[in-house]
Amino acid sequence: MPQLTRRGFSVLAGASAATLAMPYYARAQGKPKAVVIGGGAGGGTAARYMAKDAGDEMDVTLIEANAMYTTCFFSNLYLGGFRTFESITHGYDTLASNYGITVVNAMADMVDRDAKTVALADGSKVPYDRLIVAPGIDLIYDSVPGYSEAAAEIMPHSWKAGPQTQLLKAKLDAIENGQQIVMVAPPNPYRCPPGPYERVSMFAHMLKSKGLNDSKIVIIDPKPKFSKQALFQEGWDKHYPGMIEWYGPDVHGGIVGVDPSTGEVETDLDIFTGDLVNVIPAQKAGMIAAKAGLTNDSGFCPIDPYSMRSKMDENIFVLGDACIAGDMPKSGFSANSQAKVAAMTIRGDLIDARVFPAKYSNTCWSLIETNDGVKVGAQYAPSDEKIASTSKFISQTGEDAAVRQATYEESIGWYEGITTDIFGA
Amino acid sequence: MGEVHRGKGGPGRDACRTPRARGDRSRASANGAGLAAAFLMAIAGTHGAAAEGGDPGKGEKLYRSCKSCHEIGANARNGVGPHLDGLFGRAAGSLEGFKYSSAMKELGRNGLVWNEFTLDVYLEKPREFVPGTRMSFRGMRDRDDRLHVIAYLKALSVNAPAGPEAAPVLARAEMGAVAMQLDGDAAYGEYLSSECVTCHQMSGRADGIPSIVGWPKDSFIRALFEYKTNIRSHQVMQNMTVNLGNEEIAALAAYFGALDPQ
Ligand SMILES: Cc1cc2nc3c(=O)[nH]c(=O)nc-3n(C[C@H](O)[C@H](O)[C@H](O)COP(=O)(O)OP(=O)(O)OC[C@H]3O[C@@H](n4cnc5c(N)ncnc54)[C@H](O)[C@@H]3O)c2cc1C
Ligand code: HEC
Ligand code: HEC
Repeated sequence: MPQLTRRGFSVLAGASAATLAMPYYARAQGKPKAVVIGGGAGGGTAARYMAKDAGDEMDVTLIEANAMYTTCFFSNLYLGGFRTFESITHGYDTLASNYGITVVNAMADMVDRDAKTVALADGSKVPYDRLIVAPGIDLIYDSVPGYSEAAAEIMPHSWKAGPQTQLLKAKLDAIENGQQIVMVAPPNPYRCPPGPYERVSMFAHMLKSKGLNDSKIVIIDPKPKFSKQALFQEGWDKHYPGMIEWYGPDVHGGIVGVDPSTGEVETDLDIFTGDLVNVIPAQKAGMIAAKAGLTNDSGFCPIDPYSMRSKMDENIFVLGDACIAGDMPKSGFSANSQAKVAAMTIRGDLIDARVFPAKYSNTCWSLIETNDGVKVGAQYAPSDEKIASTSKFISQTGEDAAVRQATYEESIGWYEGITTDIFGA
Repeated sequence: MGEVHRGKGGPGRDACRTPRARGDRSRASANGAGLAAAFLMAIAGTHGAAAEGGDPGKGEKLYRSCKSCHEIGANARNGVGPHLDGLFGRAAGSLEGFKYSSAMKELGRNGLVWNEFTLDVYLEKPREFVPGTRMSFRGMRDRDDRLHVIAYLKALSVNAPAGPEAAPVLARAEMGAVAMQLDGDAAYGEYLSSECVTCHQMSGRADGIPSIVGWPKDSFIRALFEYKTNIRSHQVMQNMTVNLGNEEIAALAAYFGALDPQ
């Protein structure tokens, strides 16, 4: 399996001539420095694996804007009343105390790729030998005319978990019988392809369990089809007959815009009014990626499929939602999987650790109704062109209830597994 | 065997909810030397009590759907498909002079041997049990039909023992035998394990997904082969194992085997 050249940077391995070549701050410590921007599914995992596997040989710093991280994964289950907000919120203490990671609670403002430093919002600088950029997504608010950051206080997107998720939950809980929910679904590519449809399932679960049988949910979708469509539609017919209406572009003709003051979503076909409107706009890599010059025209970051190394800078790696990962969907599972390849490659670069051929995988579970879980997943391998899928599976329509329940129970196991893998134990 | 059957039953839901104790597992593998036991344990849950009750007379009629490709009985020769003489106890893909798919040959090398149980799974959905098989036969969905055909094959096999070239080369081998003999590279295993611990917790905690730390090597390897060949069917684990070779599986067994549950 071809490996990208990774020598030539190993000047940092400790020889005294090399020491002179190091900037003063690195010399002070004498250890190679790995810095991670973004403590989410990708960045948290990468920091933890580097620190865990390199022990004392490397300094690992994690720069994260927020003190606590609420997972987008399982945030729909919170909306549906299956999880508490606390149970999907995690801190960084364990990464600091048990793995020796320096956790910096600050916004990274700029990357100076020549000087190899990250500037924080307060102006201070963090030097790196290798940098991982894993900032997740930013929302392109104006991809939906009339929508904006301010409008999101009325029509929440809740596509970044945290206060937005709580806002949506409050609005959902306030729905009365006969009131309507409208979702404006996002165009491709976006984080978590089945996410909007799992969310609608959770909306419907809440309406149904509160007996709000005169309420409806309308999905205005810019896409002609969506992830796990047959499974969701089968589940909606079974559990929530008549409650959910999905309109693709051939029906609504195009989204003209939204009006937060009236709760209207205008399409070529008609105006839809929601007492709760959930607008999920188009997405791009988190701002810092573009500021650092790591993105291309797509708004996301091209990477080398064998290592997750940025195609723009060999000292930088981009993970998770911010990168262009070929056949891999933008998911927490994918970000976690990519992080392990990047962490290993960086240890190879900096401390000469063994580097094995990259391997990637993903599984995404969705909950349709109590104990009715479905999943889709695949294995991936790098090729010169992209990260390509090598095998895949998906739940079948018509599966019996026991299989669906087992699938849901697995997803709970996975949540415990992955959050431990990201935030440590 | 009863408890073992139940443990491996169905799509493995039991395993998922209440991971069995390690002791159980080693008892199961020590029991009944070699291949037959391994397959018995593996398949019995989904595929009941073997060919018992199959009627060779009915099987003869059903065998017509195999006849265009397979000969059976004394002096049977290879045709479109390999001859089925002396089939029971024969390693899959092991006849000299027949061009098998590489998938079938590999399974044979890894220890897949034909018996009531393995035939039952193969004939139900040949392409699922042996992805990449050259046999263009859609499968026999009806369990009774399979039992009858297997009873027929068995009757003929007994009447006409295999010719010399059909010697059961690997008949004593166990599924995963090759991997079991390798010295797994634990460092490679550690890297590969990072893919597993997204679901299986390193600490050995099980919250809906079974614990896989500290297992005896052979049981671990066998479990992965059972998923790989879909004897134990589970979408996630089949997908996880489909691209793992002997070296990877041995490496994973070495790494996880050395971990202590906390
Ligand atoms: C409703 C919903 C449901 C989902 N369900 C699933 C699921 O079931 N399974 C699944 O696998 N995935 C799921 N996902 C997708 C998953 O949440 C994302 O794909 C995943 O979080 C991506 O990880 P990441 O590391 O790229 O980004 P994130 O997890 O978003 O992490 C990025 C981090 O970087 C920080 N950051 C950004 N910029 C800066 C900066 N300049 N300085 C400092 N810090 C910064 C952010 O604060 C954030 O903590 C879901 C998503 C949504 C919205
Ligand atoms: C996406 C989640 C997921 C990943 C990743 C995963 N597994 Fe599994 N694994 C499961 C589930 C779920 C089961 C239970 C399956 C069943 O019911 O048969 C399981 C079962 C097993 C078992 C049998 C456990 C028992 O009690 O019999 C072994 C062994 C195993 N996995 C090993 C691995 C290895 C090795 C890897 C990494 C190469 C891995 N798994 C990756 C979800 C996963
Ligand atoms: C269209 C032709 C065809 C039909 C019909 C067919 N087979 Fe096969 N069979 C094959 C081929 C070809 C192979 C070799 C498969 C490979 O190499 O992957 C094979 C392999 C086998 C094997 C494995 C033998 C070995 O040496 O490993 C068995 C057992 C078998 N078939 C049984 C049956 C039975 C029983 C039926 C009827 C129910 C049947 N087959 C129907 C073509 C056929």
